[in-house]
Amino acid sequence: MMRPHVITRLGAVGFALGLIIVWQLLAEARLISPIFFPAPSRALGVLAGRVADGSIFAPLAATVLRMIFGWLLACLAGIALGAAIASSRIARDLLEPTLEFVRPLPASSVIPVAILFLGLSNAMSLAVIAFGAIWPVLLASIHGFAAVPRELRDVADVLGFNRSKYLKSIALPAAAPDIMAGVRVSLAIALILTVVTEMQASLAGLGWDIFYAQRVYRSADLYAGLIVLGIVGFVANHVLQRLERQALPWRHLSP
Amino acid sequence: MKHLLRGAIVPALLLVLWELASRRGTILNTLSRPSDILLALLSSLRDGSILIATVQTFEAALLGVALAAVVGILVGTILGLSPTVEGVTGPTIEALRPIPAVAFLPLALMMFGFGVGLEASIVAYACIWPIMIVTITAVRNIEPRLLDVADVMEMSFAEKLRKIILPAAFARINVGLRVAAGIALVVAVTTEIVLNPRGLGYSLILAQQSLNVALMYAQLVWLCIIGVLLNAALRALGGGSTAAWRPA
Repeated sequence: MMRPHVITRLGAVGFALGLIIVWQLLAEARLISPIFFPAPSRALGVLAGRVADGSIFAPLAATVLRMIFGWLLACLAGIALGAAIASSRIARDLLEPTLEFVRPLPASSVIPVAILFLGLSNAMSLAVIAFGAIWPVLLASIHGFAAVPRELRDVADVLGFNRSKYLKSIALPAAAPDIMAGVRVSLAIALILTVVTEMQASLAGLGWDIFYAQRVYRSADLYAGLIVLGIVGFVANHVLQRLERQALPWRHLSP
Repeated sequence: MKHLLRGAIVPALLLVLWELASRRGTILNTLSRPSDILLALLSSLRDGSILIATVQTFEAALLGVALAAVVGILVGTILGLSPTVEGVTGPTIEALRPIPAVAFLPLALMMFGFGVGLEASIVAYACIWPIMIVTITAVRNIEPRLLDVADVMEMSFAEKLRKIILPAAFARINVGLRVAAGIALVVAVTTEIVLNPRGLGYSLILAQQSLNVALMYAQLVWLCIIGVLLNAALRALGGGSTAAWRPA
């Protein structure tokens, strides 16, 4: 990656600002419909107001927590299942065809089933998020655990490691780079499903806020919600990228 | 063969246990019965309702992917050819990309109302990113001498695009298109489940809300089958058509 030139950086800021200004001017001149495209100043005004009176924080926290818990569930289950499938021939033969059949199922299509079993509840939302977000982690950890270098496995044998010690000291670190890649994709999916389940089950959160804003035709509120969701997605991805760099420093040394 | 047999053990065991348990009434009727589910699937295939819903879903998904392909390849080519343009627009794109496509559902509903437009626009938004990103890398990796040739021959941009860029970048772009096609089906079904009253997602949620549990599971099974077939088709397509372009 080349470091962007200063002028390019200024240009980037200028481009983003320019877009917003053009939008603002068009909206003020009533050339675009204020229902679909409210002036950015109005959306930002709504956002600033909600930050000032604190009403943004409850839905923000609800959405972020839902996303994180669902994602953690998916990660734990995915890594455990992945380790089992990768290290046991029998587990692989038994489970893989079933998983391959279920995997292409759009995650949101299990929402009706989850609603039947768990009602319009947080548990329903977490179950759907975990179901949808498990696949990238699962596939990545199957691959990661299966691709532990032969020599490392020999080392574990020579040192007489038992299974749990082997998993902890050899397999998990060796598979970590693969797993981390899957984990990041999973987080993005978790955010999507958080929004979907909030809309579907009227659970408090940013997804529901956006849905509700549309129902009462408050489009500035809708855009304010979109902005916050964008920030959540952006921050989540960057936090994970940074964590990855800190947890796996050796990965970024190799050419 | 041994693999197949072992792989069949888990689903077969689950199905038999499920059937027996529901016949003896030991489990909730929210689970329905495998035999009833199969009957529901067969009858909705026979009266064609599930096929109509499938066509509706695919119609919107395809339209969305097509839109995304046109926009994504065009914008991706421009950004790939000019690092300056990419540097300038990059941060704006990076700011838009993490917003989940479904978050735009309410907005799209206001703009398009219920129907294909709503669904296709959401699918297109979700699919533009993988196509665009793959196109940028693909165009950037084109052998520079090929582009020099185009300049020497004083080709117009359209000509350059058609004769040099697209053939050279097609193999990689194709990968992006396949990823996008997988996303498209998921997003289309999600759109239908959340609000658009058409297609497989809607009939799924309708079956649940009218407590026609067997039909609901039948539709889930159908979605699995479609997903597996689509994946297989995309894989087969990828192998064939990219191989033809890939330089030896």
